[in-house]
Amino acid sequence: MAKVYETVIGLEVHVELATKTKIFCSCSTAFGGAPNTHSCPVCAGMPGSLPVLNKQVVEYAMAVGLATNCDITRYTKFDRKNYFYPDNPQNYQISQLYAPICTNGYVEIDTPAGKKKIRIHEIHMEEDAGKLVHDEWEDCSLVDYNRSGVPLIEIVSEPDMRSAEEVVAYLDKLRLLIQYLGASDCKLQEGSMRADVNLSVREMGAEEFGTRTEMKNLNSFKAIARAIEGERARQIELIEEGKKVIQETRRWDDNKEYSYAMRSKEDAQDYRYFPEPDLVPVLISQEWIDSVKAQQPEFRDEKRARYVAEFEIPDYDAEILTGSKKLADMFEATVAAGAAPKKASNWLMGETMRLLKEHSMEPEDIRFTAAHLAELIAMTEAKEINGSVAKEVFEQMFAQDIDPRQYVEEHGLKTVNDEGALYTVVGEIIAANPQSVADYKAGKKKAMGFIVGQTMKAMKGKADPASVNKIVAELMEKA
Amino acid sequence: MSIADYSAVELGKKIQNRELSSVEATKAMLERIARLDDTYHCYITVEEEKALAQAARVQADIEAGKLTGPLAGVPVAIKDNLCTKGMLTTCASKILYNFVPSYTAEAVLNLEKAGAVILGKTNMDEFAMGSTTETSAFGVTRNPHNKDHVPGGSSGGSAAAVAANECYYALGSDTGGSIRQPSAFCGVTGMKPTYGTVSRYGLVAYGSSLDQIGPIAKNVTDCATILETIASYDPKDSTSVKRDSYDFTSGLVDDVKGLRIGMPRDYYGAGLDGEVKTAIERAAKELEKKGAIIEEFDLGLVEYAIPAYYVIADAEASSNLARFDGVKYGYRCKDYEGLHNMYKKSRSEGFGPEVKRRIMLGSFVLSSGYYDAYYLKALRTKALIKQAFDRAFETYDIILAPAAPTAAPKLGESLRDPLKMYLGDIYTISANLAGIPGLSIPVGKDSKGLPIGMQLLGNCFKEQTLIRAGYAFEQSGAFTPVPAVE
Repeated sequence: MAKVYETVIGLEVHVELATKTKIFCSCSTAFGGAPNTHSCPVCAGMPGSLPVLNKQVVEYAMAVGLATNCDITRYTKFDRKNYFYPDNPQNYQISQLYAPICTNGYVEIDTPAGKKKIRIHEIHMEEDAGKLVHDEWEDCSLVDYNRSGVPLIEIVSEPDMRSAEEVVAYLDKLRLLIQYLGASDCKLQEGSMRADVNLSVREMGAEEFGTRTEMKNLNSFKAIARAIEGERARQIELIEEGKKVIQETRRWDDNKEYSYAMRSKEDAQDYRYFPEPDLVPVLISQEWIDSVKAQQPEFRDEKRARYVAEFEIPDYDAEILTGSKKLADMFEATVAAGAAPKKASNWLMGETMRLLKEHSMEPEDIRFTAAHLAELIAMTEAKEINGSVAKEVFEQMFAQDIDPRQYVEEHGLKTVNDEGALYTVVGEIIAANPQSVADYKAGKKKAMGFIVGQTMKAMKGKADPASVNKIVAELMEKA
Repeated sequence: MSIADYSAVELGKKIQNRELSSVEATKAMLERIARLDDTYHCYITVEEEKALAQAARVQADIEAGKLTGPLAGVPVAIKDNLCTKGMLTTCASKILYNFVPSYTAEAVLNLEKAGAVILGKTNMDEFAMGSTTETSAFGVTRNPHNKDHVPGGSSGGSAAAVAANECYYALGSDTGGSIRQPSAFCGVTGMKPTYGTVSRYGLVAYGSSLDQIGPIAKNVTDCATILETIASYDPKDSTSVKRDSYDFTSGLVDDVKGLRIGMPRDYYGAGLDGEVKTAIERAAKELEKKGAIIEEFDLGLVEYAIPAYYVIADAEASSNLARFDGVKYGYRCKDYEGLHNMYKKSRSEGFGPEVKRRIMLGSFVLSSGYYDAYYLKALRTKALIKQAFDRAFETYDIILAPAAPTAAPKLGESLRDPLKMYLGDIYTISANLAGIPGLSIPVGKDSKGLPIGMQLLGNCFKEQTLIRAGYAFEQSGAFTPVPAVE
């Protein structure tokens, strides 16, 4: 009989924090920028420079820790992790090993079997490295320190997950919590959220863990799910063949759907961690914890319930809208700008989601403003434009955040509500199409659709469909 | 008395009184450097044109009444591990042979604001690792009192430059005695302030938790005045301390009545040269004559200071010096295959033997499996040593100690036996482990004519007490240093 295996997964999640300045200097954290324009002696690791801790980093880390039920370390310290690589200008990374800021927390995820707690071992603060750019033409490598010193937190879970679905649910939970806190935008594709997967398999019911591997280079939820399936299958195959799983770091290639060994435990580096002598320990008072706690925002579950109660939108809508902090913020801002809640919800869940998907974008990438969406809704409600024009205008808004009113005016898209003019146009079209009238009178009601279509065409789509239908019907009867 | 013989504060006064100008003083120094430095090699870099231009600017500001401080217009030498914008900063290492910083160290900026004129950068032990200035990649510095002897180290270039009147004062750095010991060997006055008093921003780190910048000068008055100028709370240095007072010159009072001075028996036993002991005991008698209460006591833990120090300093150094890798600046080997080979060759060729020894020691004590046995134990020892000093300062205002077991050794003697050289730091390193201030003052000369220094140690933030005792000793007239070189 075939053996049944259980997958055991723990995650190390790196999150880039949304501070304006870097963790140990006042350089900008803005993405992009010409190489090495966001750098200074500190984040370029020049001799004699010294780090100074950004307080906002501590507050974000605390906020994430509190939102994930962690204990906050009242006397937290930084340590140096020593390793040589050119993207790491000092050849050590300032991180936390001995006294990380948050420990012993958990989040709850939904599984088919109900709620499940995923325990968090610790959250620590550290600095990001720079970026190496290989110049094929010159055959040399260049270093860009713009990202060097961008603050990160690393959230280390216990090995509590058992499937790709649980991993995705856990990541989604973290992503939402952190986005709601405003601590990060958590974009996997852009690397502001990165997950390393520690995975082992064991026979169902076994007490001992199997040998684990660590997988890196996972930059989408789908890649993570595929990597987990792939690695699980690889390990089971090894075991079934009587071979051993080697403890090692592997790199997932999502195109080939296979992971490659990077380095084994034997040649794992000794990071020679020791307390960072250039920074003093951070003392966190109860008052500080309380003030960070007091600033915690409304999280998803509360928000979802409030949307149903306050805005009277269906729970289904509320669930989707609160599934992204950006979407929820857009919704509330659109309603605040005067739109009816259900209408705002429809635009965000319908057209917005459709276009996001079509362009492989995340809600965080939305460029149009809530004010413009509210304006568009108002114009539609006032019948100043019809539905198909509204969609056309929205696509423009989505692409380049144009002002809908200005756009409609410049492009002459306003609905023509001049009934006299409509009567004239419909009259002319009926006169030009006697066959259609004859068909209509002969009982072919479809013929009316042809006249309506011709009318809309003549009106360049700007006529109010209801008015057109009414007038066409009236004149066809009379004809 | 020639223009070169004035102390920094005396010169400053004459410049303020328009008796002398900054340019005259700078020219006098540059002339002496040109004449003497081939022999003593105090400097790695001399910035003649920059110094003259700066002197002219400063003089104009003095005449316009914009610069009125005691050090305005006075030429200074800077240890070559302090970053100076646009000026070579080598740390006496081949690996930084071409390094020109893009910014200036905070302590040097403070001097510049006060109108200092920078003559150049002084020689030192490579990355401040050494006690003789012989580990410099750019040649040894010779002791101006006897050129066959070392000036001490690591701030040997700074101390020798002051002793040879090749500058009016200098900045040094002290991780385990690197200001106090060369000051003693060169017969000048040097001070290591309380850890956190002078910003370390721009000091190329050796042992970050122990490093402190301080003055080397001709007397206590100069030291107090310089310290008052360079000390500041600096938000760029997280270990910088916001002190209640940055007034040090108020300590320049000739009064030690009732001051309790303890002499640790542990420091005056075997290993201490007889002539050094006699000279220090004589100095203690002078202070006693002026009303100080001198007592012997047991400090304890002295034998643990050196091992704890070398574990902590080298551990930090092994990490601090990791950034010198040939990637961004400094020395890169000529031929290499791939990144790791480039690292390996650049570092092998760029660092000298003493630096390599300490990087290896430091890497070892931090490596997995040894961290607890060495590094953690050393940190605990450091805490115990601090406690021993705390206990001593419950009874005594000052601890009086030798600055070094002997006078300056001959060139070439020390590096043959590094362990013996390390043991020579026995009286100075405890102050770095405890973070307390220390003042080194010349008290005499031995039979060979080599200077002997005593060291006054005080509790944290008690620099004024040290300055008072040192000043009182100077005023006693028991010993007055004479210039080492005409």
